[in-house]
Amino acid sequence: MAEVSVAGVTMRFGEMTALDDVSLDFVNGGFFALLGPSGSGKTTLLRVIAGFLFPQAGRVRIAGQPVERVPVEKREIGMMFQNYALFPNLTVAENVGFGLRVRHVSRAEERRRVGEALDLVQLSGLGARRPRELSGGQRQRVALARAIVTNPKVLLLDEPLSALDKALRVDMQIELKRIQREVGITTIFVTHDQEEALTLADRIGILRDGRLVQAGPPREVYNAPIDTFTARFLGEANLLPDPLPVPLPDGARLSLTSAAAHAVRPEALTLSPGPIAAAENLLPGRLVSRVFAGSMATCIVAVLGETWKVVARDRDLPQLPENTEVWLGWARADTIPIDRA
Amino acid sequence: MAQAPIPGDGRRAAGLLAPAYLWLTLAVFLPLSAMLFFSFLTAAPFGTESPRATLENYRDFFETPTYALLLWKSIRLGLWVTLLCVLIGFPCALVLARQIRGRAREALFLLVILPFWSNSLVRVFSWAIVLRGNGVLDRTLDALLPFDVRLGLMFTPAAVVIGLVHSYLPYVILTSYLALQAIEDDIFDAARALGAGRITILRRLILPLSLPGLIAGAVLVFVPVVGSFMEPRILGGRFGTYFGTVIEDQFVAVFNWPLGAALSFILLAVVLAILGLSSPVLRRGLT
Repeated sequence: MAEVSVAGVTMRFGEMTALDDVSLDFVNGGFFALLGPSGSGKTTLLRVIAGFLFPQAGRVRIAGQPVERVPVEKREIGMMFQNYALFPNLTVAENVGFGLRVRHVSRAEERRRVGEALDLVQLSGLGARRPRELSGGQRQRVALARAIVTNPKVLLLDEPLSALDKALRVDMQIELKRIQREVGITTIFVTHDQEEALTLADRIGILRDGRLVQAGPPREVYNAPIDTFTARFLGEANLLPDPLPVPLPDGARLSLTSAAAHAVRPEALTLSPGPIAAAENLLPGRLVSRVFAGSMATCIVAVLGETWKVVARDRDLPQLPENTEVWLGWARADTIPIDRA
Repeated sequence: MAQAPIPGDGRRAAGLLAPAYLWLTLAVFLPLSAMLFFSFLTAAPFGTESPRATLENYRDFFETPTYALLLWKSIRLGLWVTLLCVLIGFPCALVLARQIRGRAREALFLLVILPFWSNSLVRVFSWAIVLRGNGVLDRTLDALLPFDVRLGLMFTPAAVVIGLVHSYLPYVILTSYLALQAIEDDIFDAARALGAGRITILRRLILPLSLPGLIAGAVLVFVPVVGSFMEPRILGGRFGTYFGTVIEDQFVAVFNWPLGAALSFILLAVVLAILGLSSPVLRRGLT
């Protein structure tokens, strides 16, 4: 059953349409990522679900109840904000207990549940601290504990990890996933970081210009993007030019479907100084540059007037001077047909 | 991370601070010292006879109950004006900081600051025109209401309070506004998401978080109002004798500078004592 369901939601701010007829179901207990570039409407959608914004059209249901005219304070949601939005005048325990105090939970009950929530986020014993005495990662955990302590029907996360540095972010991703599983709460989170979305979510929805472009499990969306925007936005994608030059350069061969466009992931490509005999698809190009990034290296190659990326382990990429001719090969199965250009 | 002090840093800091300290010395410390000195003399050292040192002026205060009564009256005036400024000013600041955006806010700000731009005498006399019998206020209410209106506010303590509140209200509005504006908007969203209504948000978040500004504003109002003399004199009529007006009389009418100076320092001491005694409460508000 869908815990949260959005149907035909349209949200306008004056002349600007932030959400245009968006329909999406969020499965009970699922971890859903809303992904899109800035201005795509993902945060607006989250705020519509939260109840900060009332849409001009469409329905929002939480646990089966229509809520599109219910204000946020009556919706029984948990929300975590980009900058955590902890109450600076209250201690950690008071922050976490805020929602319980509002619900007139008894003090003993409040103490017990705050303790449990702090245990869950591994902050036991820090209840007496003030938010300013905590590190970024600890504040994050407090915000999470505060959001889930009231047992909300849905947990909404607005760019929850973007304020953390990279190493901490990865730790928190794992932590967030663990806590979400443990609590089993339906979670919707907004991010512009596609890697984060792929790592955390069991379903993702891609938004662009206020419209839902594609939704599905990460692997499905990654492997079968519905259009070139999704292909390029979720992971890197090398697009074949449309139309293809006729004739193809000498030695090139392509076996393509009848789809509107075709893409190849950078990691599916093999780069070689000479033609690759076994490759089902083969194109000549010119090596533009080579970037070493620790475990992986990236080669930028000019191919048929496009700029492609090749990603592989550093030692699997031949050391070649820039501007030399190279050949890119890939298997037929690695060509991603795209229905809409 | 603390930076290691650079050699000569202290000297440079002293050099940069020197003009400010020089100014403070000339403009504040020296005149105050002179006044303190005068307060222990039998007469201001301007005449032909040379004055002697004495504690007479301070003894005067303690031996004349009228002074203490007037001081208490001034403190009560200060408390009333401060209370009204807080009750009017804080909601104004709240609306300015949280509800109004863009040009409307600028325009309202201008209106708030306007009293600062007009001469205080003009301001007080304007109030006299408004409040006096058959004045602007009486006539307006007379025209609006079906029965005879005789407020008779002029030359009452209420008139003094009205004039002072008008003069000092901007302090509370401005300091509260600054404190309120510094609060992140997300905090209110977070509180609402947790189920908090307006009253809870006001009581548990807005008030505690803006209390430093509110207290700063209240102190800025209370201190000068306790020593005020112009508004009481013009708007208070025969009720208008306060501690401030008595001090002014010593300097301007009676030419008893030593007594005026002594009363000023007693006022200063009492105000400092009040702030000191309330500082535990104030400090709790500030953390």
